[in-house]
Amino acid sequence: MSILLDSSTRVIVQGITGREGSLHTEQMKSLGTKVVGGVSPGKGGTTHLGVPVFNTVADAIKATGANASGIFVPAPFAADAIMEAAAAGITLIVCITEGIPIQEMIRVKDFLRGYPQARLLGANCPGLITPGQAKIGIIPQRITKPGSIGLVSRSGTLTYEVASALSAAGMGQSTIVGIGGDPVLGLTFRDVIEMFEKDPATTQVVLIGEIGGSDEEHAAELLARGTRLKAVAFISGRTAPEGKRMGHAGAIISGNRGTAKSKEEAFRKAGVTVAETTDEIVGMLR
Amino acid sequence: MKLLEYQAKEVLASLGIAIPPGEVARTPDEAAWACGRLGPVAVKAQVPVGGRGKAGGIKVARTPDEARRAAEQIIGMDIKGFKVPLVYCEAALEIEREIYLGFTVDRDARANILMLSAKGGMDIEQVADDSPDSIARLYPNPWRGPLDFELTQLVFDAGLGDLARPLMAMIKKLYRAVPDYDALTAEINPLVVTKKGDVVAGDAKLEIDDNAAWRHKDLEQKYGALIEGDPYEVEAKKRGLTYVSLDGDIGIIGNGAGLCMSTLDLVQRAGGRPSNFCDIGGGAKAEVVENALAVILMNPKVKGVVINVFGGITRGDEVAKGIITARDNLNMKLPLVVRLSGTNEEEGREILKRNGIEPGVNAWAAAQKIVELTKSDAPTTAAARGSLPGERGGE
Repeated sequence: MSILLDSSTRVIVQGITGREGSLHTEQMKSLGTKVVGGVSPGKGGTTHLGVPVFNTVADAIKATGANASGIFVPAPFAADAIMEAAAAGITLIVCITEGIPIQEMIRVKDFLRGYPQARLLGANCPGLITPGQAKIGIIPQRITKPGSIGLVSRSGTLTYEVASALSAAGMGQSTIVGIGGDPVLGLTFRDVIEMFEKDPATTQVVLIGEIGGSDEEHAAELLARGTRLKAVAFISGRTAPEGKRMGHAGAIISGNRGTAKSKEEAFRKAGVTVAETTDEIVGMLR
Repeated sequence: MKLLEYQAKEVLASLGIAIPPGEVARTPDEAAWACGRLGPVAVKAQVPVGGRGKAGGIKVARTPDEARRAAEQIIGMDIKGFKVPLVYCEAALEIEREIYLGFTVDRDARANILMLSAKGGMDIEQVADDSPDSIARLYPNPWRGPLDFELTQLVFDAGLGDLARPLMAMIKKLYRAVPDYDALTAEINPLVVTKKGDVVAGDAKLEIDDNAAWRHKDLEQKYGALIEGDPYEVEAKKRGLTYVSLDGDIGIIGNGAGLCMSTLDLVQRAGGRPSNFCDIGGGAKAEVVENALAVILMNPKVKGVVINVFGGITRGDEVAKGIITARDNLNMKLPLVVRLSGTNEEEGREILKRNGIEPGVNAWAAAQKIVELTKSDAPTTAAARGSLPGERGGE
């Protein structure tokens, strides 16, 4: 079992003919992901990497019954691609694209209220992987291993770092979800934790957060209400000076919320073990 | 991109918002001449940070001589790490009352928010803490913007019903900054009601979304080069790097913002002080590593550099070769510790060792190693930093 994605999920790739789209479609297929088609306006009717290409998401769904989409289109077109997928009936939309203007994402969030069945992951995220079954996005499968730990993270490479340490220690993962570092994004820590809570195959969760915003605090509130999951949290950016922006649009400290300290305290209060370095995480889960 | 006050005011004026007459002055003489033309002025430091009033960056001048002296004191002063490049001399206003008007992105609500308060002119964060009810709030629909009846509610909620007409017009103009300029923040504090009854922007803050910069090349061209911040950050921007200056002496390079931030944390934990944050993104190409090293080595305080690369599908041996090429091209002699992980990582580490670079087994070991290697108090010499193409402004 897993959350959001398994070997039966029917995936299309928006932007499949682009460089990134092509590269990662191949990687997704090599893991066994059921990639049933791709979308690239103007290239409908052709075949790319062994799958049919369609002009629109609606066409792709009609022909393939796709229910999930990975978006690799360039930033100026990505917001529209998300809305297209939702309107066409895709239920899991994973937007890898980085650099979407925030105002466009705010409009996307408003638009998605009209499509409650559509769940958006990202944008600006590495996607998700259910080890041994399927992935949408760019998380390298090599560093993952099937198992019972749910991993949810705001950072890409830090996710890889932790996943690879877990796998090396023989601790497999149920699903790894990269929610992305943008200030306005789809699924939050809290949403993903709720899903892990309901997934019988997941027994432990690792949260990798960072400074800025208060999504980590909201997740802590949820966990404080009681959970069957053993949880470990790590926050990066504890030494980042206030008011400095560290790359991720998200990593900005505002007021007294959003600091590493406030997030760590919220987790401790909720009974979550807080790791001070990523190296400690494996030991804490044992 | 955060605009300076005078730049933000020019943009707001283009949207139809009234601003006081003012002139930019780069020298004390220019400030004196501006005062001669404008009469009594406020001489204001132009830096992209708040709190310049408290830092002594705003002085009132009644005569050209006073304006000259004020500019002499302000130009070149340091305000929160920004050296003041120029002042804005603005005709003094006869203030009747001060209002707060701001637009920003409410991250928690994932929505735009407009805020209006009769308690303008002071630190709005303090007002928000002390009396949150005195700030009226509106979440406009992001597709159509605020409607008249919503603005009416906002204005009356703020207790500013007597100014409903001019304020509603003003807010609509300010909100144009969202669709027209991809503003993330547009703030007028204070919004001044003058003794004559005019409503004028006393100060202005405007931040444009960098993700939308491609839509606003005109702004970038007009103002981008004028924001003279930290010299290393300026150079890094030219080289297309995500770089933030810090005040320590250990250079940090990582791929991915989260990994890079956690490297910073580890170096600090090991007792070191990072000189910067530099995220080189995925791939870790030789050219990008070289650019990152070049910028870091511009800083004479830097005693050593740690590179932390987690290669997903990037090959460790290629990353290692890239780092060596970059080091050799820059003729860098300072301690360099590299932690790399990913495909072919052992081969990568071997290559590093053969070329005299200390490979860290993991990030924590790498952090401890670089701290140990840079402990000496001796200042670094220019020779050790190597010969740097494009070095400027670093000393």
